[in-house]
Amino acid sequence: MAISLTHYLVVAAILFTIGVAGIILNRKNIIVILMSVELILLSVNINLVAFSSARGDLTGQVFALLILTVAAAEAAIGLAILVTYYRNRGSIAVEDINAMKG
Amino acid sequence: MYTAIVFLPLLGFLIAGFVGNRIGARATEIITTGLLMVSALLSWVVFSQIALGHGHAVTPVVANWITSGGLKVDWALRIDSLTAVMLVVVTTVSSLVHLYSIGYMHEDPSRPRFFGYLSLFTFAMLMLVTADNLVQMFFGWEGVGLASYLLIGFWYEKPSACAAAIKAFVVNRVGDFGFALGIFLVFVLTGSVAFDAIFAAAPGLAHKNIEVFGYTWDAWTITCLLLFMGAMGKSAQFLLHTWLPDAMEGPTPVSALIHAATMVTAGVFMVARLSPLFELSHTALTFVTVIGATTAIFAATVGLVQNDIKRVIAYSTCSQLGYMFVALGVGGYAIGVFHLFTHAFFKALLFLGAGSVIHAMHHEQDMRNMGGLRKEIPFTFWMMTIGTLALTGFPFTAGYYSKDAIIEAAYAAGAHSSAAVYAFLATTIAAGLTSFYSWRLVFMTFYGERGANAVHVEAHGHDDHAHAHDDHGHGHGDHTPHESPLVMLVPLGVLAIGALFAGLAFSQNFIGHHFEEFWKGTIGQGPDNHIMHEMHDVALGVGLAPSFMMIGGFLVALWFYILKPGTARRLAEANPVLYRFLLNKWYFDELYDAIFVRPAFWIGRVFWKQGDGKIIDGLGPDGISARVVDIAKGAVRLQTGYLYHYAFAMLIGVAAFITWYLIGGVR
Repeated sequence: MAISLTHYLVVAAILFTIGVAGIILNRKNIIVILMSVELILLSVNINLVAFSSARGDLTGQVFALLILTVAAAEAAIGLAILVTYYRNRGSIAVEDINAMKG
Repeated sequence: MYTAIVFLPLLGFLIAGFVGNRIGARATEIITTGLLMVSALLSWVVFSQIALGHGHAVTPVVANWITSGGLKVDWALRIDSLTAVMLVVVTTVSSLVHLYSIGYMHEDPSRPRFFGYLSLFTFAMLMLVTADNLVQMFFGWEGVGLASYLLIGFWYEKPSACAAAIKAFVVNRVGDFGFALGIFLVFVLTGSVAFDAIFAAAPGLAHKNIEVFGYTWDAWTITCLLLFMGAMGKSAQFLLHTWLPDAMEGPTPVSALIHAATMVTAGVFMVARLSPLFELSHTALTFVTVIGATTAIFAATVGLVQNDIKRVIAYSTCSQLGYMFVALGVGGYAIGVFHLFTHAFFKALLFLGAGSVIHAMHHEQDMRNMGGLRKEIPFTFWMMTIGTLALTGFPFTAGYYSKDAIIEAAYAAGAHSSAAVYAFLATTIAAGLTSFYSWRLVFMTFYGERGANAVHVEAHGHDDHAHAHDDHGHGHGDHTPHESPLVMLVPLGVLAIGALFAGLAFSQNFIGHHFEEFWKGTIGQGPDNHIMHEMHDVALGVGLAPSFMMIGGFLVALWFYILKPGTARRLAEANPVLYRFLLNKWYFDELYDAIFVRPAFWIGRVFWKQGDGKIIDGLGPDGISARVVDIAKGAVRLQTGYLYHYAFAMLIGVAAFITWYLIGGVR
């Protein structure tokens, strides 16, 4: 069975859904949220690469490389914030982070 | 000169009001009294020039007040015979009362305020009597109402005084409502509020009909009835009389000035001033006669049993005002004004005399606790006797000329109208009652033993005023009656001269055969109105009837209180229902309480609690704010602060947008 564009897209959609579910259903750890965000970015990357290959256009793959870079930077900043936050509050449990309300 | 008469009291008021506390009470007293004396002196000059002499009536315009479309109101001083009479009455009594108050109020801490009010009242009253148009008259009318309110409530720390002041003000509002409507109607009918223009236009509008509330009325009848409603309120006539006895809560000089001599006669003056209008409506005049006669007899019956010395005189005033309106109602306007003139002297004398008694008794006002004062305060006794003689119409005193003339006029008019027959009977009987209660007052106060008439006050639970009197007493435990100081006795003496001789001196001018030369057309007599001549031609018996009634009343009072003391009490015990009926003033206060006051309170409470509290506040400000708070509480519950909740909301939103775009947006 040849692997068609549809299969790539289905994998990307599944990854995206898992990422979103990870953000929403996660009750434990803020790091899991960061990992979920990475997952969502990766699903986007898969889409881009899949479409690029299917249409024979390299621009999409260049975009994917750029997104990887940005994702790395984002992960670094996110983890840095997390460390600072842990120093200040002594906890990174999702339940304890509820200051964003009136 | 005319301007000075009117504005000197205003000057006195301004000085007393603004710098009175700085320059001290003594200076205030001297300034206000002095200015009033000057004003009174000038008034007599005007009186002798305009009324007694041959001076022409003048109307100096002070300023233009209102000009709006067809309405033009000038501030003018109308000085004619009628005004001159009123000027003399007002300024003379006022200046004497000012003088008297120096003695009477000498212990009061707020004398500058008192004298300021007195002068303010005098100014407003002068504004009223010099009015050249109805609006200016209304200004003075309300001004005296205000001053009356302020002075009745002068001792504002007494709740009863405040209540009496409010009562006087509110009852007067009822009358003023009618007066204002009458002024509007006059303006609608004639297009002017100035007297000359109204009187010129009035005969042309006779028998004109207007529609009011679907009924067709004779225009002048309804106008005059409305205007008379104002007079009824101000002059405490039957149905609107309830405020006058309560007004006795004020200081006694105030009662003498405002509630005996001047303000309460404003209604009489107004009807006399508007006599050309009243002449056009037979119905209105009949109404005036009936109300006047009813007041005369009603107040006299109530006066029989009152025990507060000031209330007796207050009911007497009410009754005498009824006499004046009878005179006006039968067409004898000059007689009414003449009685106003003489009444001012002897009633002010009686009130100031009563004030002197109260002063001597250390602010005791219940006659049952008096007695035997004849020897201790002989001057006051003689003054009160003179006042009583004049009031009851002892021959050749002031009341003899004016009151008997009213009874004769009523009899003469009885030939044409049954209302006048009723008025004649009522006034004649009231003359006897007047004599009885006046002498009763003298006998209870000045004869017998101190406290001989004292009865168990518990039996008259209604009369809580009698014991709530001010605590402005001397307070040094000395309760021997003492004669008042000279500054109080001099006004009594002057007024006594007026009470004795005002009738003798002026009756020929006011109501004699040549009265036209005195009034010079200021009092409107219709072409069919011959009452002034007819009254001189009544039978001798009619002329003597009031004198017989007077003697009868005197003898009965003598029998009850001197020869057989205790008769009155036995009579009261024999007829408890009648006695209570009279003692409680025909239950008018209770009636009005049930008809007007309680429903008004009830409606007020409904509007307050239900209308304002529940509906307006509940649905309006309070309701809206409550809903906002509810919504905000809901919104707060949405905001959990958890990141994943927000993310979920975002996701749902994005999903919704995309769904919408895919379903609806593609097309």
